[in-house]
Amino acid sequence: MHYHLPEDILAIRDLCADIGRKHIRPVREELDRENRFPTEIMKVLADSDMFRIYIPEAYGGLGLGALALCIAAEELSRVCAGVATTYAANALGAMPILLSGSEEQKKRFLPDLADGRKLAAFALTEPDAGSDAGGIRTKAIRDGDHYILNGTKQWITNGGEAKIYTVIALTDPDRGPRGASALIVEDGTPGFSYGKKEDKMGIRASATRELIFEDCRVPAENLIGREGTGFMVAMKTLDNSRPGVAAQAVGIAQGALDEAMIYASQRRQFGQRIDSFQGIQFMLADMATQIEAARALVYCVARMIDGGAKKFEKEAAMAKVFASDTAMRVTTDAVQILGGYGYMKEYPVEKMMRDAKITQIYEGTNQIQRNVIASALIRETASREK
Amino acid sequence: MRIVVALKQVPDTADVRIDPERNTLMRDGVPSIMNPFDAYALEEGLRWRDALGGEVVAITMGPPQAEEMLREAISIGADRAVLLTDRAFAGSDTWATSNTLAAAVRKLGGAELVFAGKQAIDGDTAQVGPGIAASLDWPQVTFVGRVREISGGRLLAERFVEGGFEVVECPLPAVLTMLKDANVPRMPSLRGKMRARTADIARWGRGDLELAPEETGLDGSPTRVVKIATPEARAGGEIHRGSPEELARILADILLGGEAGE
Ligand SMILES: Cc1cc2nc3c(=O)[nH]c(=O)nc-3n(C[C@H](O)[C@H](O)[C@H](O)COP(=O)(O)OP(=O)(O)OC[C@H]3O[C@@H](n4cnc5c(N)ncnc54)[C@H](O)[C@@H]3O)c2cc1C
Ligand SMILES: Cc1cc2nc3c(=O)[nH]c(=O)nc-3n(C[C@H](O)[C@H](O)[C@H](O)COP(=O)(O)OP(=O)(O)OC[C@H]3O[C@@H](n4cnc5c(N)ncnc54)[C@H](O)[C@@H]3O)c2cc1C
Repeated sequence: MHYHLPEDILAIRDLCADIGRKHIRPVREELDRENRFPTEIMKVLADSDMFRIYIPEAYGGLGLGALALCIAAEELSRVCAGVATTYAANALGAMPILLSGSEEQKKRFLPDLADGRKLAAFALTEPDAGSDAGGIRTKAIRDGDHYILNGTKQWITNGGEAKIYTVIALTDPDRGPRGASALIVEDGTPGFSYGKKEDKMGIRASATRELIFEDCRVPAENLIGREGTGFMVAMKTLDNSRPGVAAQAVGIAQGALDEAMIYASQRRQFGQRIDSFQGIQFMLADMATQIEAARALVYCVARMIDGGAKKFEKEAAMAKVFASDTAMRVTTDAVQILGGYGYMKEYPVEKMMRDAKITQIYEGTNQIQRNVIASALIRETASREK
Repeated sequence: MRIVVALKQVPDTADVRIDPERNTLMRDGVPSIMNPFDAYALEEGLRWRDALGGEVVAITMGPPQAEEMLREAISIGADRAVLLTDRAFAGSDTWATSNTLAAAVRKLGGAELVFAGKQAIDGDTAQVGPGIAASLDWPQVTFVGRVREISGGRLLAERFVEGGFEVVECPLPAVLTMLKDANVPRMPSLRGKMRARTADIARWGRGDLELAPEETGLDGSPTRVVKIATPEARAGGEIHRGSPEELARILADILLGGEAGE
């Protein structure tokens, strides 16, 4: 399919493909096996300007927008979704500052993120508040010109590796979600420490860790927007980042199809290449068609965002659901096409199938995405009937 | 500091075929790349620019399509590039090529350093770097595996020789030819690629370089390729099997032409 991508975006795709081939492919199996954070690869991505693409020019970025980020996430995921998650979580962490930060905050934090000198992370989830993010309990109580932060965030991507965290906490616990605020917390702030690092099914190159706040004093000037807008900031952040997760899913699926195509052309059974069997051909055809449909939807939503759309929560959710369900199906089929070899760690599709699963879970499970889509549909219908 | 990096576009294959009629390399359909050694020369130039300031100018002598490789050099970090292209350059041997590249260095207003690859993988002569130095009358350090230091108008480099390396000190300006392993060439950056797309690449011909016809091209080339031949494939050796004693006897027979006694 020809998407008529502009030159800058094609350059991103080529660069990420190159980085994937030279720097990620040779180590992805080892990163996965050893649960190892890809520090060196983040350095390569920084040197290649990949952390600049989603940051405006005024803050050291290139201001290339949502589609550019999707293309980078897709191309990196094609080789290793663990690396791609580590990369994309920076955009997620920066998003609250990009969307709602003050000029002063943007000037203070974004240039280091654009350079890749510092990594970022976004912290919403807690042990008792996943899908129901409104149930968070971490408190940030104002004390003079500081907020005193207490509580635990769980499963934070880039936890322990990032230097800049955007944290959602309750500044007015009595008001529930309406009392939530977004704060920027820097690594090294007294009272801020890291808990256990998770041992995960997939995306094992990425770090997923607990953040622990014990009377952690955060300067009041690190409040993003106004008190009480934290939940809104979080939801806007997720609306903007979901197409990126969808793009990861497209990349994972494409990577699996690439492997399945090569394998099916080389493996012989019953005296023939297995890609000569109609049973295999139909699987490959369906995989490719589903991937292209997912990709088209993702690019379309990204272009909608870049075009300046104000509301796109439904479309972003659709892209995430459709692409991540596709990734799960396609990677499962890729394992099937490789037969017993596909089940072995020596072949990359085994990892791809494990990696694909997360795209149905994080940044809002696919059930939650369907809730978002359905409530938007119902709202739209109700407003038409008025 | 001005650092010039001399680059060459070469066919991307270790086994180029030779046109038996014309005794030239058959390049049709073979994709072109930056000569692999030159990537290390470029990286070395970029590193010293990053450390000491100044600019890196990538130059090449070649057909118009070599501009593509110069754009790649810019995407990797070169500040600007010059393409030396002219029908009058056609047929240049290593002498004429060195003259032409040296003339370009002069036209740039000189430089503190010229980096080149150890050799090009198509011609394999390893002469152009030294030729540039000779033509400019500058010192040269060839087969450089590491540049240790550049300061106070002097450089200190390790030049690899059989079984070890020599540490060479020499004054600037100088020409260095680089080995692989000297560094790890960086990837292009996105900003580099964006810049490379629109960068103006200067094109200089014989007139611009103020070279006389007999200083470049075929007329400026004292050497002629008389013939290029593909070596005959060597016949497979003989394989014998047997006990050590039997094999020793067979070998002795062969070596002595059947005169081995008991
Ligand atoms: C590897 C990894 C990385 C992560 N990175 C981050 C991060 O960087 N920052 C961050 O803040 N969070 C992060 N998370 C957390 C992630 O966003 C949550 O795991 C996710 O939102 C789901 O929450 P939960 O795991 O608590 O599941 P639960 O909310 O407990 O859900 C359990 C099941 O119930 C379903 N369910 C829940 N509510 C409903 C409903 N109303 N209707 C229908 N079904 C429902 C869910 O779909 C799911 O199937 C990460 C998680 C993982 C695993
Ligand atoms: C964990 C594990 C344990 C195992 N244990 C045992 C054991 O104890 N004993 C033992 O003998 N074997 C064992 N096996 C081997 C297992 O039975 C084979 O892996 C299985 O039969 C598939 O063969 P294959 O892996 O060579 O795949 P292939 O036969 O190469 O198949 C590759 C793909 O092509 C498809 N395909 C092949 N032929 C056709 C066709 N004509 N039409 C359509 N599609 C076709 C297959 O369905 C599959 O999708 C084990 C395998 C694993 C992974």
